[in-house]
Amino acid sequence: MILQTVASPHARAGESVSVVMLKVVATLVPATVYGFWLFGSPAFWLWLITIASALAGEAVCLRWAGRDPVPLLKDGSALLTGWLLALSLPPWAPWWIGVVGGLFATTLGKQVFGGLGNNLFNPAMIARIALLVSFPVQMTYWVVPAGAPGLLDGLLITLGHIPVPDAMSSATLLGHAKTDLARGVDLLHTELPGHAFNWVGARVGSLGETSTWLIAAGGVALLTMRIITWHVPVAMLAAIAVPAAIGHAVDPARYIDWTTHLMSGGAMLGAFFIATDYVTSPSTRAGQVVFGLGCGLLTWVIRTYGGYPEGVAFAVLLMNALTPAIDRLIKPRVYGRTFTGKPASVQKGKSK
Amino acid sequence: MGLRELLNGVRWGVHPHDDHKRPAADVPLRVMPLPARLCVPLLQHVGAPALPVVAVGERVLRGQLIAAAQGNVSAPVHAPSSGVISAIGEVTAPHPSGLPFSAITIELDGKDEAGEPLTPQVDPFSLAPAEVSQRIADAGIVGLGGATFPSAPKAQLGLKLSVHTLIINGGECEPYLSSDDSVMRVRADEVIDGVRILMHATGATKALVGIEDNKPEATAAMRKAAEGFASIEIRPVPARYPMGSDRQLVQVLTGKEVPSGARTASIGVLVNNVSTCAAIHRAVRVGEPLYRRIVTVNGGAVAQPGNVLAPIGVLIEDLLRFVGLKETPARLVMGGPMMGVALPHAQVPTVKGCGGILALTAGEITDTAPSACIRCGSCVKACPMGLLPLELSAHIHAGEYDKAEAKGLDDCLACGCCAYVCPSHVPLVQTFYHAKGEVWKRAQQKKRTEFTKSLAQARKERLEREARERVEAAARRKAERAAQQAAAQQAATSASANTAGGASA
Ligand code: SF4
Ligand code: SF4
Repeated sequence: MILQTVASPHARAGESVSVVMLKVVATLVPATVYGFWLFGSPAFWLWLITIASALAGEAVCLRWAGRDPVPLLKDGSALLTGWLLALSLPPWAPWWIGVVGGLFATTLGKQVFGGLGNNLFNPAMIARIALLVSFPVQMTYWVVPAGAPGLLDGLLITLGHIPVPDAMSSATLLGHAKTDLARGVDLLHTELPGHAFNWVGARVGSLGETSTWLIAAGGVALLTMRIITWHVPVAMLAAIAVPAAIGHAVDPARYIDWTTHLMSGGAMLGAFFIATDYVTSPSTRAGQVVFGLGCGLLTWVIRTYGGYPEGVAFAVLLMNALTPAIDRLIKPRVYGRTFTGKPASVQKGKSK
Repeated sequence: MGLRELLNGVRWGVHPHDDHKRPAADVPLRVMPLPARLCVPLLQHVGAPALPVVAVGERVLRGQLIAAAQGNVSAPVHAPSSGVISAIGEVTAPHPSGLPFSAITIELDGKDEAGEPLTPQVDPFSLAPAEVSQRIADAGIVGLGGATFPSAPKAQLGLKLSVHTLIINGGECEPYLSSDDSVMRVRADEVIDGVRILMHATGATKALVGIEDNKPEATAAMRKAAEGFASIEIRPVPARYPMGSDRQLVQVLTGKEVPSGARTASIGVLVNNVSTCAAIHRAVRVGEPLYRRIVTVNGGAVAQPGNVLAPIGVLIEDLLRFVGLKETPARLVMGGPMMGVALPHAQVPTVKGCGGILALTAGEITDTAPSACIRCGSCVKACPMGLLPLELSAHIHAGEYDKAEAKGLDDCLACGCCAYVCPSHVPLVQTFYHAKGEVWKRAQQKKRTEFTKSLAQARKERLEREARERVEAAARRKAERAAQQAAAQQAATSASANTAGGASA
């Protein structure tokens, strides 16, 4: 195809892909640093390993495809993928979880589809699910945020040279509720490990999920920077909260209340950072609302009725699969045409 | 979507943070001294190029007709100043291709001697609408907003389709440009008078003047000028690109949409630009043809940016010399940065539709190599026509032109919003330009094949008909013969019967 090299427009909005990605990463920094503080250096090492693996996976694939990896790595998408994956892992998971996850995310999760822009599923989430299904023990091994070890001890823990003391592990809030319900203990009589409204986020969970407020703040920053719009996050959070509130009102012994739902698991991270992924979500506003509603509803359904305590990753992946269909079905109406795409009829009529 | 857009209902388009309009918009209008030479192009409007009516060596006066309109949609060309015709031939067209087009070159004598005004001075409202249109046509007025459709046929069309509302475009939404702004500030009375004349010519009973809200001075001046004319309404509209596009302005001012593939006249409105209205005033009241206009000269490389009243056909290099250059521009653009065309060099003349010349620095044109589409949806949100640029582009790259057409390629305004916002710098609008050309070529090709086919079909039918006729004729002859024989036979038998009867009787 021949394109004029100097066709209009002769100006640009100036935001390049790397700038967008780096801004997203920047909004994740507070929550991440806070996670390091909560869970100590093992979390830091795991984060580093996961990101490095994600970048390595991307670089190898690009090289393989005969492209120069350096400029393409600079777009920041692999960094973001690795980062998001790291935030969704148990903070004291062994090093190889990070390596396998990071490599999986960018190779099988993204590059096999043809690289940036072509993947159907969110790479971080598909890697997380792959890890969860393959290594259920390591992926549900949560530590109590207390007694953070020093850098070196932390590294030894991550490398598996120091066993993690059993006393430090616990289930996450959602996991605890799930087990109790399964054992026949209703939620009115269970001891939840720390309430979700624990403001400082000092409770059991993945690296980036307990600091819900910081994640939400990052999300709001993305909104104000207009990197994301409200459509996906608001729809998703509403679709979690509304059924949760109804369920809890009907039967508080069986259903967790809506605030706990919103504040725990990956709800916030999912709503602001994962479901809003450009590549794997619909491109129209209306489509994004539908997508967000689907993500939220599925999250609630999986958490409440499914076999896993945490539903965000599954919900997002399921909706990712529907994105092409949503994009096909929900389109903006073209100016001067009807919703079916026919030219609007010419009606003259004198006005006013 | 921000609160602002929600409130005024405009969700499309882009809002460049720095529209670069100031300070050029605020410095007083300057009149460019006459250059040594002008190259007045013959094609400054859509339609057929004008036909030269002067010869090389002939002396012409300011305002004298030098090329006549050819056909219905065309406009005559007049001499912008007095001088001697030195050449009638090709010069570089204001187009990135650098292709030549025909122009009349005049070596100016500097006397700027005026010719006869076109028409006698009479009250335009005492003239018949057709007569007003004729005066507009004679003055060579075309749409000065850039579309350059000849104004007279447009007015006649409006009269024929009985439009009720004139939409006057004072949007001027392109960054950097302020020539319309300047016209409204310094010639508001002329603009309003032009609007009234146009209403007379088209039979419209109402006029809505849409001015972007980033031009408060223009709005104030126009309000003042429109005082006492109840049928003319000045309406501020949100400053948002492409507010200056006909369809968008109509939508914002009347709440109605122009059906796809139809003209604005089909919903009873006609859109004209404010500078065109001022030119119409001059044409009809004074008999002054369109031979000069206000051009915004702006851009980071310009030493004294501003609005310049310049003769049409002035070479860009002369214009730039007048305003001065701080540095060598990285790109010259005729028009605004969103839809303007890059010029191959500065030896290109201005045309009637040229509202701005930009001399941009390297820092102002951020050309980055495109990367993969990340499906961010920015282009979808920006498109004022509700199209899906990423999808259109994907279809075009896959060679699926018919699908792109089905999804509204024809509705694309080529406004460039999508390409402007794309973080991956995907050349979206550039692809659409290309595809439109390709679709047009294919349609032509199809028409040609169909024509050939229809010829072949006609020939086949003719041969068949002839064959059939031959067979029929043969059959008829045979039948006739048979009938004759039968008749003869019958005659014979009846004769014999008669004889027999006679015998029996
Ligand atoms: S698709 Fe066409 S109309 Fe829509 S933004 Fe792009 S250039 Fe403008
Ligand atoms: S703006 Fe560019 S990157 Fe975003 S969806 Fe459109 S084409 Fe793709």
